[in-house]
Amino acid sequence: MELFTNQVLAGIATGAIYACMALAVVMIYQAIDHLNFAQGEMAMFSTFISWQLMQWGVPYWGAFILTLALSFAGGILIERLLFKPLAKAPVLTNVAGFIALFAIVNSVAGLIWDFTIKQYPTPFGSSPFLGSQLISTHQAGMIGVTILLLILLFIFFQYTRMGLAMRAAASLPESARLVGINTSWMIALGWGMATAIGSIAGMLIAPVVFLEPNMMGGVLIYGFAAAVLGGLTSPLGAVIGGFLVGVFENLAGTYIPGVGNELKLPIALALIITVLVVKPAGLFGRPIVKRV
Amino acid sequence: MTAMLNVKDLRAYYGQVQALHGLSFALNEGSLTTLLGANGAGKTTTLRAICNMVRSTGAIEFEGKPLTGRSTENVVRLGIAHVPQGRGTFTTMTVEENLQLGAITRKDSAAIVSDIERMYSHFPVLKERHTQQAGTLSGGEQQMLAVARALMLRPRLMLLDEPSFGLAPLIVRDLFKILGKINREDKVTILVVEQNAQLALELADQAYVIETGRIVMSGDAKDIANNEDVRKSYLGY
Repeated sequence: MELFTNQVLAGIATGAIYACMALAVVMIYQAIDHLNFAQGEMAMFSTFISWQLMQWGVPYWGAFILTLALSFAGGILIERLLFKPLAKAPVLTNVAGFIALFAIVNSVAGLIWDFTIKQYPTPFGSSPFLGSQLISTHQAGMIGVTILLLILLFIFFQYTRMGLAMRAAASLPESARLVGINTSWMIALGWGMATAIGSIAGMLIAPVVFLEPNMMGGVLIYGFAAAVLGGLTSPLGAVIGGFLVGVFENLAGTYIPGVGNELKLPIALALIITVLVVKPAGLFGRPIVKRV
Repeated sequence: MTAMLNVKDLRAYYGQVQALHGLSFALNEGSLTTLLGANGAGKTTTLRAICNMVRSTGAIEFEGKPLTGRSTENVVRLGIAHVPQGRGTFTTMTVEENLQLGAITRKDSAAIVSDIERMYSHFPVLKERHTQQAGTLSGGEQQMLAVARALMLRPRLMLLDEPSFGLAPLIVRDLFKILGKINREDKVTILVVEQNAQLALELADQAYVIETGRIVMSGDAKDIANNEDVRKSYLGY
């Protein structure tokens, strides 16, 4: 029983990372109807920027805030330069764009910071949380940050005019323009927010997986699995999906013989396929009621 | 009287296909004008060209300002509300959110709140359903919502694309009564595109008839309604 609780708690802790990544995935999906395959690499790059800032002597939280701002601006810049011209292009062109971005960001990071593994600090410390051996303060902090982020996003989308305009632009661009919304700018804003959220995920996960250009490869797949499981249209679903995937992955690794650590990743992929076949809208994807 | 909207030699294209062949017309401030014509005559295209949603040439001036080269959202920001065909309802959002979206370009939040209340008094059914997903409303209710959403802009000019489409005759009459009231009381200039010529001519004071992208008839709505030749050859009743 203790093993079980242990694994569930550890699963929730890693799930927080997936949840963060899934949030970023959902943000972009909402804005442009595509999955951004380069999301993980962008998050990795942001994390390197924060690391570099700290190397230059900026304290942790200063680097954190600066990185958020830089990532936000960087996301907008990428959208304006690369994906705005592709807005009317076919899906495959966009996919090629994402993959190009993936490769470019990955190699540029390697070029600047090389591929050796780097230590990354945690702001929460790594002592046992509340005296419990099951979960560290860093993991607890990660869960807290994810939930806080979700609440902030919820307030933004539900109670601010900008959030309402972004939702309108995402659901019906033409109607949104007809009420005077600059939809192209809303998409850029979505990219900025998604990139900033991704940078938070990167900075939280780096103390766990260590910092290097390929750190996000596996994480992004889990993030996709979480987003698909929760429903690509629901930020809340993405977060719950993230925790579920984290727990599921840990339990499968512990209890299903032969799975162990190596086969955890295929489990995430199997989960994506299962959800898409059985319940394409995901657990929390908003069922759209329509009169016929 | 000066024209509020002046359209000169408007030509519009869908790819290689030309849909409008040099359309010219003018709307007087405070008027209620209807644009009539059969399917495919170019009525919808005319409205879309005003809002720059289709490639076009020619000159369109609104209160002396040229609309050419302005993005759709910037045309709207001048005070032109466009209720498109199919109503453009944000179906996954609530009725109230739809109304708020209508006023999204406005900064006067107190007046927006009172305007929403005003819309609820115009259209009581919207108040009953204000927390409901807009997609669950009936066709008539959605059309009411679309008109209310357009009014939330506090427009100077309202463009309506076949508001009667798919609605029961009684509901159409109600809707047209409301449009007349908006035109008189709120001083909103209205251009309504219709296939239901008989009703539209009862409502409007000015009328234009278009056929295959050209204006073939214009004048007082009553005169056109009384002209049997026009009725038979162009309006089909």
